[in-house]
Amino acid sequence: MKLELGYIYIKDIQFGETSKVENGIIYVNKDELKSIILEDQNLKSVEFDLAKPGESVRITPVKDVIEPRVKVEGPGGIFPGMLSKVETVGSGKTNVLKGAAVVTTGKIVGFQEGIIDMTGPGAEYTPFSKLNNLVMICEPIDGLKQPEHEKALRFAGYKAAAYLGELAKNITPDETETFETLSVTEGMKAYPELPRVAYVLMLQTQGLLHDTYVYGVDAKRIISTLIYPTEIMDGAIVSGNCVSACDKNTTYHHLNNPVIHDLFEQHGKTLNFVGVIITNENVYLADKERSSNWSSKLAEFLGVDGVIISQEGFGNPDTDLIMNCKKIEAKGIKTVIITDEYAGRDGSSQSLADADVSANAVVTGGNANEVINLPKLDKVIGHINYVDIIAGGFDGSLHEDGSITVELQVITGATNEMGFNKLSAR
Amino acid sequence: MIKVVQYINQFFANVGGEEMAHIPAEIREGHVGPGLAFQQAFKDEAEIVATIVCGDSYFNENLDKAKAEVLAMVKQYNPDLFIAGPAFNAGRYGVACGTIAAAVKEELGIPSITGMYKENPGADMFKNKVYMVSTKNSAAGMRDAVKKMAPLALKLAKGEKIGSSAEEGYMPNGIRVNFFEKERGSKRAVGMLLKKLAGKEFETEFPMPDFDRVDPNPAVKDITKAKIALVTSGGIVPKGNPDHIESSSASKYGEYDIEGVMDLTEETFETAHGGYDPIYANADSDRVLPVDILRDLEKEGKIGSLYRYYYSTVGNGTAVKSAKAFAAEIGKKLKADGVDAVILTST
Repeated sequence: MKLELGYIYIKDIQFGETSKVENGIIYVNKDELKSIILEDQNLKSVEFDLAKPGESVRITPVKDVIEPRVKVEGPGGIFPGMLSKVETVGSGKTNVLKGAAVVTTGKIVGFQEGIIDMTGPGAEYTPFSKLNNLVMICEPIDGLKQPEHEKALRFAGYKAAAYLGELAKNITPDETETFETLSVTEGMKAYPELPRVAYVLMLQTQGLLHDTYVYGVDAKRIISTLIYPTEIMDGAIVSGNCVSACDKNTTYHHLNNPVIHDLFEQHGKTLNFVGVIITNENVYLADKERSSNWSSKLAEFLGVDGVIISQEGFGNPDTDLIMNCKKIEAKGIKTVIITDEYAGRDGSSQSLADADVSANAVVTGGNANEVINLPKLDKVIGHINYVDIIAGGFDGSLHEDGSITVELQVITGATNEMGFNKLSAR
Repeated sequence: MIKVVQYINQFFANVGGEEMAHIPAEIREGHVGPGLAFQQAFKDEAEIVATIVCGDSYFNENLDKAKAEVLAMVKQYNPDLFIAGPAFNAGRYGVACGTIAAAVKEELGIPSITGMYKENPGADMFKNKVYMVSTKNSAAGMRDAVKKMAPLALKLAKGEKIGSSAEEGYMPNGIRVNFFEKERGSKRAVGMLLKKLAGKEFETEFPMPDFDRVDPNPAVKDITKAKIALVTSGGIVPKGNPDHIESSSASKYGEYDIEGVMDLTEETFETAHGGYDPIYANADSDRVLPVDILRDLEKEGKIGSLYRYYYSTVGNGTAVKSAKAFAAEIGKKLKADGVDAVILTST
């Protein structure tokens, strides 16, 4: 399967009379987009705002971040099984508005969280401070239950991203990059001397606001399976989770999965990147056992020499991570795991909830409990008053002067376990 | 100018080898031996005002006495910074450096640093107590040691923020510190996997901790006579959570009297736990803390008795360190009250 990504570099985003992309600038007709979003009868209102790199803006609580993409050639459309039909995606051509994103925010009280600062110390920790963001503030109709509210908000994000992506359909990209995965047998013939490597992508699947979807299926209900890496670049996997925002994969992370990109970079040179095994992180022990049995079995089935395993979340999923690692190592396949740490605010406590000697190659995204002071910023998009009660916040987090003292945990993507960032700990 | 006192052994002071290892601690003005390299590295920022020279055998064979003597010598200079060693792979010297560096830090409150080879017995003994720079295994690594120790020492003396072990060159000391790597995590993972596949040496960013695997006690001899206690991390508390146990990252546990309580009801008990759907535990807390069943067993004579108190905390995100401290206290109380067995429930 072969996919060409066409990057259109975006340097600014503005509201305008006609929605279009021109000279690296996205223009958005608010009313037109609003009418599309409000087709969902569960949404009462939607407002749009812009947040650009360097601006004194804080966005909170962030639900999802989504990169606008559009299929230019090849079967299917972006977000198959969600927005588009369940056609298999991942081949042909896809255009990407690189440097832009849709950020959804809205109050699902007691659950909703995540902070993106566009400037200051907080901006260093989130990759989304470097993007030109279209922020959506959606309010549900009165009395809407939380699961339906969450779904409405999630879909509003996909729709807005697809709307922006569509603007790039006929634009010639500034740069293109091609990714190809051969069949197992072709790959072996092409690179007989290279070690064969797969990627085990763990998906958070613990319930409301802890869910992930694959081709429209709630990943709680999948058995570990195989997927081409390029399918993921076309939005086959989307995020429905944001609680403890630092180590949750937004849809943007899935579309730009860094493990996939860095394995492709070495593909055919130092290793043979065979494909991706996706597995879930359910709360029941039987599910954990089954899913890790299957992921290790699939790794064996593919005949790989090594895997990289990326986790999503912490605590309970640490057991899934260690089961995957232990069982795959037991089959004689070498592993590297990517995780993050909860070592306490002073860094002196045990970092993971589970451990095993076979997990001897670990990459860490840093200690999520480390405390950071974020100064007051001129503008807040969303609702700042939730800072005290979100995970990583505590009584007294929000100070009178508008500054906040919080654990890194609250910053969207700060300790990402796909290895998206440079943050680490020792 | 930062005032520095350094501690070295008889060998590095050029007094002699093993045959002179018995000499007691003595003070020399200014820098001696390796102090010269440190003084050069400090430039004009710091000055080694005195060097304490002590025989390795003397220190180790008269540990308490020698420690007290050296501490008194350090104190009389009231320095801004104390440096012990570096000791490289010299075992007794390493133990002496670790002992005195930790003591100066803890007892005199003076910023203190030492350095030695990672396999020096003093390393494991003291690396979590005082900043200890990882050096090569012999004095041939002096230049390298000074290069790492001097800047870290100055930072300590100035009270500047100390970065992670990977940045500063000290041995990992159990305190995890964040920092920005040069490459993103995924790239580091690919690099680590390639090394592992090639059978080359690689360095994990997080060595797996040694988990306490506790062997179960032998079976209770006669359960029909046993006093049984209930302890939970599921957060079951009397309604209203009187001790305000936190929903996540608990800093305390509660002790609650269940004398005469036959059943936990929606009106009387609830969970304080924030990490699971509380609906079912709030409707019937016996689901997490099975008081009702144990009362039945007690009545039927199948157990001796249910202990009068139960202990409860919240496991959600609670540091293992805190959990260990709670358990030690709870265990002591249970033992003192003659409890024979404990049923531990989670969520």
